[in-house]
Amino acid sequence: MRAQFVMAEIWIGLRRNLTMTIAVIVSVALSLSLVGAAMLLNSQVNQMKGYWGDKVEVSIYFCNKNNQKNTKDTPNCASGEATQAQIDAVHSQLDKNPLVQKVYTETPAQAVVNFKKQFPDSPLAPYVTPDSFNNSLRVKLTNPSLYQEVASQVEGQPGVAKVDDQSAVLKPLFNLMNTAQWVALAIMVIMFGVTLLLIVNTVRVSAFSRKRETGIMRLVGASNFYVQMPFIAEAAFAAVVGAVLASGMIAVGKFVLIDMVLKKQITLISFIGWGPVIQVMPLLVVIGVGMSSLAAVLTLQKYLKV
Amino acid sequence: MIRFDNVSKTYPKQNRPALDNVSLEIEKGEFVFLVGSSGSGKSTFLRLILREERPSTGEVHVLGKDLAKLSNWKVPHMRRQLGTVFQDFRLLPNKTVGQNVAFALEVIGKPRGTIKKVVPEVLELVGLAGKQDRMPGELSGGEQQRVAIARAFVNRPMLLIADEPTGNLDPQNSVGIMKLLDRINRTGTTVLMATHDQAIVDQMRKRVIELDQGHLVRDQSRGVYGYQH
Repeated sequence: MRAQFVMAEIWIGLRRNLTMTIAVIVSVALSLSLVGAAMLLNSQVNQMKGYWGDKVEVSIYFCNKNNQKNTKDTPNCASGEATQAQIDAVHSQLDKNPLVQKVYTETPAQAVVNFKKQFPDSPLAPYVTPDSFNNSLRVKLTNPSLYQEVASQVEGQPGVAKVDDQSAVLKPLFNLMNTAQWVALAIMVIMFGVTLLLIVNTVRVSAFSRKRETGIMRLVGASNFYVQMPFIAEAAFAAVVGAVLASGMIAVGKFVLIDMVLKKQITLISFIGWGPVIQVMPLLVVIGVGMSSLAAVLTLQKYLKV
Repeated sequence: MIRFDNVSKTYPKQNRPALDNVSLEIEKGEFVFLVGSSGSGKSTFLRLILREERPSTGEVHVLGKDLAKLSNWKVPHMRRQLGTVFQDFRLLPNKTVGQNVAFALEVIGKPRGTIKKVVPEVLELVGLAGKQDRMPGELSGGEQQRVAIARAFVNRPMLLIADEPTGNLDPQNSVGIMKLLDRINRTGTTVLMATHDQAIVDQMRKRVIELDQGHLVRDQSRGVYGYQH
């Protein structure tokens, strides 16, 4: 394999077909940035679900010292911090309930750890102590829609400060983000289709404009690989450039949308950092190169007789 | 070198076969003319040898190999042992004479050192010494055909197939090309040449194979172009 010769052939091919190459690059960049956006949206959703997010439906918080001082919100806590016996009583009640699939316990110390994991850069992080949290039971139901029956059973029991329907709080937000993800995926599928057609057409035109060369190559006994390689490499090259552009767009998008705008306006939500963004980038290159090479190979099967 | 056993070829959607039950053998080192009017099956005959087509029935053996049993990925290697020349030269107009010849070696992965050595040698053999850096457009038809022959011969093939190589040339240039093909034949390379050129066939007195409507109607050593059609 004469690398220099092959590179020269690829360069000639790309230049000869410049307008089409640019169209392929732009189209690959757009569809790959949609892929990246959908992936990042997914990791954002996972991030927001937090530690307990989609594992449980009901959270039962027990009274702690702070609740006793402020009985306006938690009238049930006037008698002070919940005792271990009270907690165990509720726990065993839940265990007997056929609607309950599993009960997890979370101590204030574990809660601190989970909080710090979910909000690593929260300004509050250095100040949270176990005293800021309650003992809690996290309940997974066999049927999440029957939340109310379980809640009413434990609400008002001695030591119980508050019962939360976890899903009621987060569900609308998750629904919104799921919808956004589906929309991104749908647009992505259409863009992928357009990109594939464009690549097929570009390779076809390229193969046609080099009919004379490939004809001679076949005649003198160049291997199929040698004849087809420049076309595949052209498509792959365009895909790499497109993937790099897409990575850039995603990085800029994350910086502008999340770091500059959303993070400043919404402090309650933990947003994704640069980690997931950087993880997505090589994936985009792989997807882009794989997709366009495959399209090129299939096109050549049809238009480049060997 | 080449053997046809009861070879027939019928193209899809055609009633009459392009070749009808043709059997013949061409030995190593021969010089063979393939004659016949347009549509007689000459091109099909050559395309079967190059394995651009496969026979409908019968067997084609080239260089001792049954082409029907040759897997697709081995076809390029088989073609490296064949040289091909056409009526329309088929040179690359944006490459120099030297690059055109070198192209045939580059695409089969020959090392650069070999290419640098053999390209001037073969250009000298075909009578184009010193014209390595000219563009094909600057050359006469006869010279362009010499470039094409150089490209076909640079890899020292066992068999040279020429499809009407003098079809676009005036008589004087044609004679030059024939002398060159004869010289190549004397190096031991088998030459198979399809032609319409009566004067050349009559003058060379080589083996003549004539096809008519797909049938082999004549196979004559030291023959002439034949009957007036």
